[in-house]
Amino acid sequence: MTNTNINLTLNIWRQESTDAIGDFEQFKVSVSPDASILEMLDELNNKLEKEGKIPIAFESDCREGICGTCGLVVNGHPHGPLPKIATCQLHMRNFKDGETLFIEPFRATAFKIIKDLIVDRSGFDKIQQAGGYVSFNTGSAPDANAIPISKDVAALSLDAAECIGCGACVAACKNSSAMLFVGAKVSQFAVLPQGQPERYERVMNMVAAMDEAGFGSCTNTYACEAECPKGISVTNIARMNRDFVMANVKSKVVEV
Amino acid sequence: MIKLDSKVPAGTLAEKWTNHKFNMKLINPANKRKFDIIVVGTGLAGASAAATLGELGYKVKAFTYHDSSRRAHSIGAQGGINAAKNYQNDGDSVFRLFYDTIKGGDFRSREANTYRLAEVSNNIIDQCVAQGVPFAREYGGTLANRSFGGAQVSRTFYARGETGQQLLLGAYSSLNRQIKLGNVQMFHRREMLDVVIVDGKAKGITVRNLLTGEIESYAAQAVILATGGYMNVYFLSTSAMLCNTTAIWRAHKRGALFANPCFTQIHPTCLPVHGEGQSKLVLMSESLRNDGRIWVPKKAGDHRPPNEIPEDERDYYLERRYPSFGNLAPRDVSSRSAKYVCDEGRGVNGGRAVYLDFADAIKRLGAHVIKEKYGNLFDMYKNIMDEDPYKVPMKIYPAPHYAMGGLWVDYNLMSNISGLFVAGEANFSDHGANRLGASALMQGLADGYFVIPYTIGNYFGSDKPTKADVNSSEFKESKEQVKENTNKLLTINGKQTVDEIHKKLGHLLIDKVGMSRDDAGLRKVIKEITDLRDEFWHDVKVVGKGEELNLTLEKAGRVADFLELSELMAVDALNRDESCGAHFREEHQTEEGEAIRNDKDFAYVAAWEFEKVGKWNLHKENLEFEFVELATRSYK
Repeated sequence: MTNTNINLTLNIWRQESTDAIGDFEQFKVSVSPDASILEMLDELNNKLEKEGKIPIAFESDCREGICGTCGLVVNGHPHGPLPKIATCQLHMRNFKDGETLFIEPFRATAFKIIKDLIVDRSGFDKIQQAGGYVSFNTGSAPDANAIPISKDVAALSLDAAECIGCGACVAACKNSSAMLFVGAKVSQFAVLPQGQPERYERVMNMVAAMDEAGFGSCTNTYACEAECPKGISVTNIARMNRDFVMANVKSKVVEV
Repeated sequence: MIKLDSKVPAGTLAEKWTNHKFNMKLINPANKRKFDIIVVGTGLAGASAAATLGELGYKVKAFTYHDSSRRAHSIGAQGGINAAKNYQNDGDSVFRLFYDTIKGGDFRSREANTYRLAEVSNNIIDQCVAQGVPFAREYGGTLANRSFGGAQVSRTFYARGETGQQLLLGAYSSLNRQIKLGNVQMFHRREMLDVVIVDGKAKGITVRNLLTGEIESYAAQAVILATGGYMNVYFLSTSAMLCNTTAIWRAHKRGALFANPCFTQIHPTCLPVHGEGQSKLVLMSESLRNDGRIWVPKKAGDHRPPNEIPEDERDYYLERRYPSFGNLAPRDVSSRSAKYVCDEGRGVNGGRAVYLDFADAIKRLGAHVIKEKYGNLFDMYKNIMDEDPYKVPMKIYPAPHYAMGGLWVDYNLMSNISGLFVAGEANFSDHGANRLGASALMQGLADGYFVIPYTIGNYFGSDKPTKADVNSSEFKESKEQVKENTNKLLTINGKQTVDEIHKKLGHLLIDKVGMSRDDAGLRKVIKEITDLRDEFWHDVKVVGKGEELNLTLEKAGRVADFLELSELMAVDALNRDESCGAHFREEHQTEEGEAIRNDKDFAYVAAWEFEKVGKWNLHKENLEFEFVELATRSYK
């Protein structure tokens, strides 16, 4: 960890507000290969602030790849060119001295740009509020071991539940579809016994909220899975689609 | 004159909470909707409280500075959550969990609170499973457990290395359900900058809308602060970038007592610092100490690669010094031991790191078992450190992690200000001078799901607080003060950035109010902090405007509060002339370097009353130990 600094040219998206016209601004930086890309931006911002200039607005919090707050498109890839990491886990040792980087926000109709690299992902919360839960009041739970759940099923559920809600799947998709995000939440509960009572109502409500929030349809290109920092599988989309069809059939039967 | 009343109910330990629940006043279901409650912070404690209060029928307003309540830093907790289920049949019980926790805290927490925490721990697991939290399972379908530091039973429930994430998403899902039902109104991107007190009771908050910069007022009959810990005071810590002390500090400046601020935990297993540009430290779950063995070379100056250092030239110092707990010694003990061996020049390459080695476990269990247990942690390590921990031992070093100190609360989790409740890491109540692993998630959810929903009803039933008007003079005065503070920050226009000053503060604190403290150092650092605070108010540069999204301004407000809190931490550390838990005074140790507690003079909670910046009055709550014997903590 004693490597010398590398020099990079950064083209960073600047946009004052949602309605303002944005453009790339170029910066030259010298950075330690052990720094993360966000630490590089911290240093650049520190320099800008010292010069009395407005720093680049970007969001981050845990810087451990779990909170889902950060999200930059680096050289065309949400969370950068490496697989299965969030932006905060992208270290500069993955770039070469003299390289040029393009840093942009997650772009999607449903994610309005707030300022520079910050976007509005509140559509995700609206989808979760529509049905991303098991309706269960505090205090009424039976003993935790009362419902045996096989190790494999618990693991399958956790594979889906690992989604960090960052929105990279939406940014990666040509249609700005949120189906990987919604599919993951639907699947977490669909495979568990606790999720069964509301299984079909849940999928209907969440899909409706997804459409209403302005997310597009699935392109079946799997770009979402390729860019997902948690490697959430597209099989979750298939499970959601299957449940959605079933839900429609069932609701028709009930109507009769 | 403030009189501290812990309001601990009468009866034996096991009866206290049950009796208290029966004796508390109830609010009839139809009347609950007449009560407004403000919840600030939506991590484990805040989200679980807001959701449960919504379920009960209260009208809740929840606030977070994040874009979504799912981002709170509870999400970063890796290893697990404790409960006294005794599913492993290995001798666990509520009393044992209570005893381990109070002993782990070096007998500086309130018996009744700690017992209640252990008592409701089992309900938490039931609740989370019912919500669909995918905990790890055994092949037979039952829940799996693992061990954590400071315990000799296996009582920690987990979901890979992402337990905090899964529990937070569980609480978040319950919160979402209440938002949909209209019982909870959610306010995102709002930072609480003041608590409003009317006639001695907490009646609302003043917040800054982080998108527009507008200063807004909200009124309610009670305010719950669940705003987390203040470890970012050290600049480098395992806390998320935005974690701060502002909400509880502003409440403190309005009269809420701050308890045991010097009790700050330095977590033993974090990644070492790479350089000055580093923005935060990354934790590696304590659960790794189940299978990893910690060692350094026996000889200082031995800079061979770890795999070339033969077995008999390695010092497995935790196993050597603490044979019965070994690598699972509690956090304060493990951290201090790492500091000692590095002070002796025996750290990795003479620097500040020790080895955490999995070679034995991989040989015994196979790499696939280790991968299944800790796969994501190993991946994280490789990504950051650029080394493969399956082949080369991990390098770790202690880092600031958790604040045991916080606002003083009584048994009902209410501060000395009526109607101001404090939950989770923001309060001081359950962990004494040191928190055991996997107990933070437990406490956050205990407070939010099972304690405050009861005790707040009792407050409404007995105090019958009315709702204040946001146009009243108290709300206006608070708003003006917040605006004035903001303008002050924006007009200094000095030469140093907020981060530069924050880093200076971090260096001062980790050096003198970190893993070990002494009289001379503390006296010196108080002066240095005061000087740095002056420097800040004369020379900080905050660019941009107040009426817009301004991340620099947000940071500046938080660092201004850290510059006041840090002084109180040092004052408290100086006052506590004993070694206990994470608070280690050089003057009070045995020849072997073990802490010497002074129960005669210091078995109390130090609750500090704010008079003005740099001046506090001490109030003492004596700790009575009726049910456990004050013992010298030994892990040998």
